[in-house]
Amino acid sequence: MTVTEAGQIQTTYREAMRAAIRDAMQRDDRVFLMGEDVGSYGGCFAVSMGLLAEFGPERIRDTPLSESAFVGAGIGAAMAGMRPIVEIMTVNFSLLALDQILNNAATLLHMSGGQVGVPLVIRMTTGAGRQVAAQHSHSLEGWYTHIPGLRVVTPATLADARGMLWTALQDPDPVLIFEHGSLYNVKGMLAADAGPVDIDLAAIRRPGSDVSLIAYGGTLGKALSAAEVLAEDGIEAEVIDLRTLRPLDDAAIIGSVARTHRAVIVDEGWRSGSLAAEISARIMEQAFFDLDAPVQRVCSVEVPMPYPRHLEEAALPQVDGVVAAVRTVVG
Amino acid sequence: MTTSVRPATHADAAHRLDLLRQMLFIRRFEEKCVELYSGGEIRGFVHLYIGEEAVAVGVNSALTPEDNIVSTYREHGHALVRGVPLDSVMAEMYGKITGCSHGRGGSMHLFDTSRRFYGGNAIVGGGLPLAVGIALADKMRGESRVTACFFGDGAVAEGEFHECMNLAALWELPVLFCCENNGYAMGTAIARAQAQTDLAVRASGYGMPAWPVDGMDVLAVERAAGLAAEAVRSGGGPHFLELRTYRFRAHSMYDPELYRNKDEVELWKERDPIAALTDQLRAAGELTESDLASVEDELATAITESVAAARSAPAEDVTTLEKFVYTPRQP
Ligand SMILES: Cc1ncc(C[n+]2csc(CCOP(=O)(O)OP(=O)(O)O)c2C)c(N)n1
Ligand SMILES: [Mg+2]
Repeated sequence: MTVTEAGQIQTTYREAMRAAIRDAMQRDDRVFLMGEDVGSYGGCFAVSMGLLAEFGPERIRDTPLSESAFVGAGIGAAMAGMRPIVEIMTVNFSLLALDQILNNAATLLHMSGGQVGVPLVIRMTTGAGRQVAAQHSHSLEGWYTHIPGLRVVTPATLADARGMLWTALQDPDPVLIFEHGSLYNVKGMLAADAGPVDIDLAAIRRPGSDVSLIAYGGTLGKALSAAEVLAEDGIEAEVIDLRTLRPLDDAAIIGSVARTHRAVIVDEGWRSGSLAAEISARIMEQAFFDLDAPVQRVCSVEVPMPYPRHLEEAALPQVDGVVAAVRTVVG
Repeated sequence: MTTSVRPATHADAAHRLDLLRQMLFIRRFEEKCVELYSGGEIRGFVHLYIGEEAVAVGVNSALTPEDNIVSTYREHGHALVRGVPLDSVMAEMYGKITGCSHGRGGSMHLFDTSRRFYGGNAIVGGGLPLAVGIALADKMRGESRVTACFFGDGAVAEGEFHECMNLAALWELPVLFCCENNGYAMGTAIARAQAQTDLAVRASGYGMPAWPVDGMDVLAVERAAGLAAEAVRSGGGPHFLELRTYRFRAHSMYDPELYRNKDEVELWKERDPIAALTDQLRAAGELTESDLASVEDELATAITESVAAARSAPAEDVTTLEKFVYTPRQP
């Protein structure tokens, strides 16, 4: 790995995530990774490629196809003092473990009167864009944000892919990390000494004064591209990367809207009952009198994801749609 | 051992030649898919059945068109031998309107209810409860249908598998469970995923007749499936066949295959079900080179035509994106 003079390395989102797992494994021997095909296959998205050779099958633990059992076992191991990282291949499959995530992980602390903490990290892929149709493509992270007791984070940048995991492992409560499938191959420069980052605050990825474009995970890149297009017409969009979806960083959202007076939320989830709906409601509650226009949402069309490319593209939030939504509120 | 229960015609040469033709049909179809995938004409996840053809052909041959089939994402073979028209399967691979799922599903989601082919289910284990329910409906209505449910060895680790074994046995439902044990669930060898690798033993724990079958021998599969299907049909409750087979290619279109060694693959290829039957028929003087050539010609022509038809079929219009989310209501 070559380090530039500015102390940067070239890497990918996938490698940054792998570096984060490796680092956590080295720092804390209570940490282990388990999930389907994380070991000899190298991870279904190759995130854990090579880690089996480095850490062995005890700590890079292949599981049978049994999402409910191994997520639940992660909860049990966390209760008993380990720091498991459980990988679920995709969010669609996490539904087989939803019972464990909601009825156990998110709930044990409360119903035990504070006795049973669950310091567990669950990583999973989310999102569409690869033409894998209606059982492999959904963005259900918004559903998980409904659940008290969970923290939900969505690394969208290399620095967050590298830095969020360790911080999540320090959290005494369950943290879900959603990795958008379109991000793994993203290349870029990262500080050679990049390390843990906070998992509390939203970040302004591009400052602007005319509209707040609120995005996260897989939609951040689309929001940034839309901001570029809009800038050509003299519209300065402020792009906010939520980073953490639960708890939401209200101060960052409201602060931005107070400056720009307009908000467009870009969320790959379906619109009804979405995270975007929640954000919109909060803006209404906390910044109503700052608004110069109704809040707009750019979400996925409410259809299970179709297979053909042109229909999948039409179903997802796209740069054009974001630009169009901004134009309806600006000017 | 079973000649007495099988119609005499099943043993005759024409029938065996037909079994060969069906296996070749699947093989040639999928070889074309590889080519089309490499050329970027079909996309998404494509799971090839190459090596496992004897299972679909042998089981289907023991069913009647009135029976039901529930399958997985590795279902091209099941769909084709069930009689889902080649053109509509190929068009589905292209995501065209003329596809058997109107292009919405792609390779993993082939459906044709007119042929009692109920998918194309890509959540591992997710088809089993459907099969149980379909069989329940048949039983409640006094139908004498069998529901053949295909799933992999990996699915046996899922909770849903066990819930379904119990329910089907408890309610004495007419399900023929067809476990396609190809030794791997993605990159996880069966011995690393199942505490008891004798899967028929697992199923028999639920009190249903269950036995292993050589899944590389189409005649053995047909015999076993014939016995089991007749028993199910005549009210004997669910039966379980563990069909021991092997996939010659990667889990999906491509994977690095780090999890198995080439020698193992080569060894299994020596038991290629198509080559085995071809040799057997030749040795018995039941197959001439011109028979074989005319089968190959006929298949090649049909497949080439299906590609041409799929290419020129219209793509679904984007305005229909939200079609098939709800059933159209009569005003
Ligand atoms: C619930 C669920 N978990 C994980 C996956 C990803 N996945 C798809 S196929 C597969 C392996 C299944 O193996 P097996 O049941 O043996 O069937 P095979 O692919 O070998 O035919 C996995 C892990 C999935 N589709 N559904
Ligand atoms: Mg298998």
